[in-house]
Amino acid sequence: MSPLEFHDLTVSYRQKPVLYGIDACFPTGALVGIVGPNGAGKSTLLKAGMGLVPMSSGWVRFFGEPLAKVVRRVGYVPQRNAVDWDFPVNVRDVVMMGRYGRLGLFRRPGKLDRRIVEDSMERMGIGNLGSRQISELSGGQQQRVFLARGLAQQADLYLLDEPFAGVDAATEEAIVVLLRELKQQGRTVVVVHHDLGTVERYYDHVLLLNMRLIGFGPTQEVFNVENLRQAYGGQLNVLSRLALQRARTTEG
Amino acid sequence: MNSEVFIEVFRDPWLLEWRSSLLLVSMGWLVAIACGWLGVMLLLRRIAMMGDTLSHSLLPGLVIAFLITGSRATWVMWIGALVAAGVTIVLIELIQRYSRIKADAAMGVVFSFMFALGVILITLFSRQIDLDADCVLYGELLYLMVEPGVHWMGVTLPPAAWLRMVVIAALVIVFILSLYKELLASAFDNDWAGSAGLPNRFTHHTLMAILSLTIVSAFEAVGAILVVAMLVFPGATALLHCRRLPLVLAATSFHSLVISLAGFHLSIWLNVSMAAAMATVAMLWMISIWSGQKIKSKKKDNLTCAT
Repeated sequence: MSPLEFHDLTVSYRQKPVLYGIDACFPTGALVGIVGPNGAGKSTLLKAGMGLVPMSSGWVRFFGEPLAKVVRRVGYVPQRNAVDWDFPVNVRDVVMMGRYGRLGLFRRPGKLDRRIVEDSMERMGIGNLGSRQISELSGGQQQRVFLARGLAQQADLYLLDEPFAGVDAATEEAIVVLLRELKQQGRTVVVVHHDLGTVERYYDHVLLLNMRLIGFGPTQEVFNVENLRQAYGGQLNVLSRLALQRARTTEG
Repeated sequence: MNSEVFIEVFRDPWLLEWRSSLLLVSMGWLVAIACGWLGVMLLLRRIAMMGDTLSHSLLPGLVIAFLITGSRATWVMWIGALVAAGVTIVLIELIQRYSRIKADAAMGVVFSFMFALGVILITLFSRQIDLDADCVLYGELLYLMVEPGVHWMGVTLPPAAWLRMVVIAALVIVFILSLYKELLASAFDNDWAGSAGLPNRFTHHTLMAILSLTIVSAFEAVGAILVVAMLVFPGATALLHCRRLPLVLAATSFHSLVISLAGFHLSIWLNVSMAAAMATVAMLWMISIWSGQKIKSKKKDNLTCAT
């Protein structure tokens, strides 16, 4: 059963389509990068999947079920700027929220939950920041907190919205290690990604998007010149030209 | 302030009339705690205006409940308030969902409409209704002192309004502690909390229901306008200097006590309504906490510059 399947997904914002007829069936254990130009609807695709943005047609299934039935198996990590970092909680409090969905109403976190929280922080390299107020974190640390909260959810499918945006090199490296670990554990990871230069190194599958689905499959097959040109059209900047070149050399 | 006035304002209430002083201060504290704890939740969700909105929107509910039953009993008012709150919340959500009007404007539109409706109903049926507009708006804590105590099993308990406020304050505290996770996560990141399977709608609607019960019960004590003050001041003051939610709630309770006690003495000194004195004190207290913080952080900056 595919952990994530979109069928004919269409999303409109004020009558203007943002995503159009997306069909995609994600293989279990894949590490997928969602790539496309600004405004291609990458984040919207994740949000529509999570039911945070209304769809005008189509459906989404998680492990063959609607989200509500398998919500504990899905971990969504939103963009950092989605929250107010001046909120009266510390790092440990935020990571603990990852356990809330499993606890259910009126149940308080127990010993096991606390251990999972400490482990998750340790894995993201923020084990020593537990009591730090979240307004005192750097961008990279904020991202690690969000990922640790995701880890604490112990999901089988992770949807990460631009985890690499505005983080330092060390954090970027830590996230790449995390993605590989998750994949090795047999979990499926879907990542909205911006930097074309690193796509081939980071992901084994690529979903190229520009309002429509341009291509979806193993990276070597999909990440090529024609598809990139189709996705980016006239707006290829220096960075993407570089990626094009790389795509060309790997082809030749 | 000369010593005579000082004695009259600060000593005499506790020496000569300690029973009623205690009753008034504790009533003020109960109202401020119940409103303050709920206020923290509203502030964290950035819907502090919701207190203002609901306190005005409840009016037609109260009037209609009275017209139907002909009674001003507390439970009748509670039902009227809950129904009015439900209508208000549904209207706000409908406007937000189906139009381009944003949350704050939706609240403004709905509460002014509901309040106007209440005023029209009162005017139309003024002969049947004995609602004192002044009392609704400003409240009067002093009524507590003329209200007879409740007799129960041979003991004379404090007046019913006071006992009701104890129940409400307990309800608010139990509610916030038992839905702590859900309230915290949905205030921090509502979308994420929903994606993690937390019952956001249930949490929000329960919060609104308890908020309306609290507002109605605090109405008669501190009045509509000052309920809004108590919803905002203790929590906003605590959020100035506390960095974790449990501390924020503890500090809110402390500030509530300060506001109630100082408001009580100010009202004796100036011979004004205790509710108004409480709101005035609340503002002064918030400013002093805030400037204390400014001075502290300035000192800290100087130290870091020196090293």
